[in-house]
Amino acid sequence: MSAADAAGAAARGLLPPLGASPPVERVAAEERAAALGRRSLKRAAKVAGLRLAVRCMDLTTLEGADTPARVAALCRKAIAPGGAASDVPSVAAVCVYPSLVGAARRALAGSAVRVASVAAGFPSGLTPLATRVDEARRAVDAGADEIDMVIDRGAFLAGEQERVGDEIELVKEACGAARLKVILETGELGTFSNVRRASDVALHAGADFLKTSTGKIQPAATPGVSLVLLEAIRDFYFRTGRRVGMKPAGGIRTARQALHHLVLVKETLGDAWLDPELYRLGASTLLDDVLLQLEKERTGAYGSLEYLPAD
Amino acid sequence: MTERPREDGPPRRSEPEAARVGIRKTWKLFVGGAFVRGESGRYRPLGGGETCPLASRKDLRDAVRAAAEASARWSRTSALLRGQILYRLAEVLEARRAELSAQLAAGGAPAPPRELDLAIDRVVSFAGWADKLSLLASTVNPVAGPYLSVSQPEPIGVVGLVAPGRPALLGLVGTLCPLIAAGNVAVVVAGEPDPRTALAFAECVATSDVPPGVVQVLTGDRAELVPVLARHLGVRGLDVWDASEADARELEQLAADGMKRVAFRSWAVSAFEDARRASSPAMLERFVETKTLWHPLGA
Repeated sequence: MSAADAAGAAARGLLPPLGASPPVERVAAEERAAALGRRSLKRAAKVAGLRLAVRCMDLTTLEGADTPARVAALCRKAIAPGGAASDVPSVAAVCVYPSLVGAARRALAGSAVRVASVAAGFPSGLTPLATRVDEARRAVDAGADEIDMVIDRGAFLAGEQERVGDEIELVKEACGAARLKVILETGELGTFSNVRRASDVALHAGADFLKTSTGKIQPAATPGVSLVLLEAIRDFYFRTGRRVGMKPAGGIRTARQALHHLVLVKETLGDAWLDPELYRLGASTLLDDVLLQLEKERTGAYGSLEYLPAD
Repeated sequence: MTERPREDGPPRRSEPEAARVGIRKTWKLFVGGAFVRGESGRYRPLGGGETCPLASRKDLRDAVRAAAEASARWSRTSALLRGQILYRLAEVLEARRAELSAQLAAGGAPAPPRELDLAIDRVVSFAGWADKLSLLASTVNPVAGPYLSVSQPEPIGVVGLVAPGRPALLGLVGTLCPLIAAGNVAVVVAGEPDPRTALAFAECVATSDVPPGVVQVLTGDRAELVPVLARHLGVRGLDVWDASEADARELEQLAADGMKRVAFRSWAVSAFEDARRASSPAMLERFVETKTLWHPLGA
């Protein structure tokens, strides 16, 4: 191995070998994750957490019935979630299908909100490799800042982990400057040890973010499985010095759940990760509940969805 | 094969049965079709070793959420079926007369059997009115143009009912049944003098065919709960019984932000006993919204 190759491999974190993934005990992981959810956040800390949750949110719409107008409406909500007069910050990104990247790009022009696109055969990840890579490249060309790809779980479970890693590397290459979020679809991986193993495969292949789920499969981003990903990211950071982001997605609907996930991050990775550059919450309905809670903290009165701007 | 008498069994006991372990009842709040302990864990003694929970504002929040979830379906349930479900509630009340009588007596009601008769009859009355409301309150409006204009009553959604204190059962039944007969869902803050009867009534609701979430019953401190109810933007109407004038003024102001419909009433016990007045269909009209449709054909 030449010096340049070794430097490249070290930068990507290929050393030490993948076989080093530790087994993960499901009961213990779920218990620890649940224990971190029993913390009670009140008033100022709660408001700060909820505002951070908004800043870290990937506002997502992945419906067959999405239209450019619907995406534009979602983008307006992404820029000013609480309406124009409110001080609620913008979300991190809007996440759409590749065909709607252009519409999102236009609607978000002039704002700091990014465009994320699911690509590479979402949500199955089972189309031919060439079309998956091509889809990612086209989404980036259309203006996507971030690409969410899903791994081929069948290949992973069949033991072809090098192939899964190689495919991630190819998509990463096609992304160019765009950041790549690798969806593990943890609900289909069977055991927590498999989840940990898949996390390590994705980390070593150069993922910029690990993402739990597509949102199309249940269970999705449970606290336990999120903790496994976070610990893989932590260990990878200690080994290589590279900070990889985290994105739980699917099933996070309430402000309380969002705060639980933020506590998991703070306790596992520390404050450096409590930032939209390294942490995202993938959600479609979470924002409304967070807005209701923020409004409750501001006015003292319980709110109603009828008083929020419609999508 | 013949059965042999057992000779090796335990000796037959001739002494009287040992005293049973006492079963003390834990009264709970009724939210979303389930009986739940209060979130705050606070209780109020009722005498005789029994307590009732003191609901907190978070219990109230949960109750409104459960009601809102049930509202969409209950408001679309046909009025005929709503009436049949209320009649079923009357059947359950009739079957549990003994228990309700005992609770009323323990709560200080002067004549429990008579109050129970009136209360069950009141449920039957409103069961009957359920599918007649739209016949009484709908109109074809005379309009100066080539239009057909019709108006009909529609339920408004979640209504907070601050129930009258006395009569405990008849007052609760007579104010709650018209709300749900009209298609609203209710969050009830039970009257303070006898909250236990309201919880016993909730057990009847739970075993009738009333869907979960249509009726919530909370016991607790009125002064603590009612202002939260008044400010809650998800509550569309507030029916407050026996409020002082000062309280009424304050609640009206708190309810103004959400443009909530508020009503304040105070009746003597005899008014509730007057069936002609207290089971009038006008009781159903208090928390409905009139929807008017204009149609360009048919004039």
